[in-house]
Amino acid sequence: MTITHHLGSETLLSFAAGTLPSALSAVAGAHVAMCGHCRGELVWCERIGAALLEGLPAMPLDDAEPAVRSLPQAARLGGNAFNPILRLARDDFADVAWRRIGIGLWHRPLPLAGRGALQLIKAAPGASVPEHGHAGGEITLILRGALSDATGRYGVGDVADLDEAIEHTPVADRDAGCVCAVGNEVPTRFHSLLARLLQPWHGL
Amino acid sequence: MVGDWVSLRVRPGPAVSLNAMTELLARIAQRTDPAAFHELYQSYGPRVKVYLVRRGVDAATAEDLAQETLLTVWRRAALFSSERGSASTWIFTIARNLWIDRLRKEVPWQELPAAHAAETSPEPLPDEVIAESEVQKRVRAAVAELPAEQQRVIELAYLEGLSHGEIAARLGLPLGTVKSRVRIAYQRMRAAVEDLK
Repeated sequence: MTITHHLGSETLLSFAAGTLPSALSAVAGAHVAMCGHCRGELVWCERIGAALLEGLPAMPLDDAEPAVRSLPQAARLGGNAFNPILRLARDDFADVAWRRIGIGLWHRPLPLAGRGALQLIKAAPGASVPEHGHAGGEITLILRGALSDATGRYGVGDVADLDEAIEHTPVADRDAGCVCAVGNEVPTRFHSLLARLLQPWHGL
Repeated sequence: MVGDWVSLRVRPGPAVSLNAMTELLARIAQRTDPAAFHELYQSYGPRVKVYLVRRGVDAATAEDLAQETLLTVWRRAALFSSERGSASTWIFTIARNLWIDRLRKEVPWQELPAAHAAETSPEPLPDEVIAESEVQKRVRAAVAELPAEQQRVIELAYLEGLSHGEIAARLGLPLGTVKSRVRIAYQRMRAAVEDLK
């Protein structure tokens, strides 16, 4: 797995600051767990936060300092299965109840605390996702197969970190199809989805 | 009262040097040393409290969360990995995650104990410690030297917890301008530390 499409620096900065909308954070967090490059960049963004924290003037603490002498310390915490997207991918999406939303196209919304909408999308080989724009940011992480659109080809581990200006019609790999996680700052409305559902569409 | 320090700019760092901070963490991890905790608590507790107050948390809750941040440091000191930055970087991420978790009631999508901590030794080599404290010093200088308009967007994001859209609304700027300022600020910071890589 060679990751060639990464998160944008403004996304990583928001992620580090803790201000990225929840749906985008979930997908960004899954990518960061898979991508050494973005993990390194994220640490740089967190160092900025630390620099600002260090520079803050101290504000006196009112309460007594907690006594820690007898407080236990954690020896080691578990693996990296905490992100539900990664957990579902690890289990090969076995328990995912897919819902058909078009020809060769399924989705599964994932529960999310916070802002935005999060879903898995599965596309059959050659199937295309209806053309859509989005208000707010959208991050797509490829979990199986590949996806192509006007901005390039995306393989497993790649992210398409798109802002609201972009309209695109991604097409799934002709051989392997695609499973991806999509986070939207504002829930997406596909353009004329109904019209498209009434006619078969073809891979490019 | 809040306004008194909202306007303050980036200032020189903590009273205790960064090397000493990482050493304190090591003493907690290896010897469960309450004296090391005391020093870390006195140095970071008040700053974490301010950080949270600036994010809109009331003083009493900020104090609770500052305590909890430092108690998390105590409990997880053995999981600290210098790969994830300096001690202050780690403390910053703990405070941030608590804020997201408690006050935004969202999931902080970054695991706290470094996911790859198992691959690294818990005790950083002496020259790694020096390198990381040098890195942190340079980042602080680079942030302090940013042009005011870039520093402003960075502060609004990191300290006041505003999204890019909220920053755009606050400053009366197009969203694209906010994003490009953030991007340029990041590039400048990275350029300033390029030789350390």
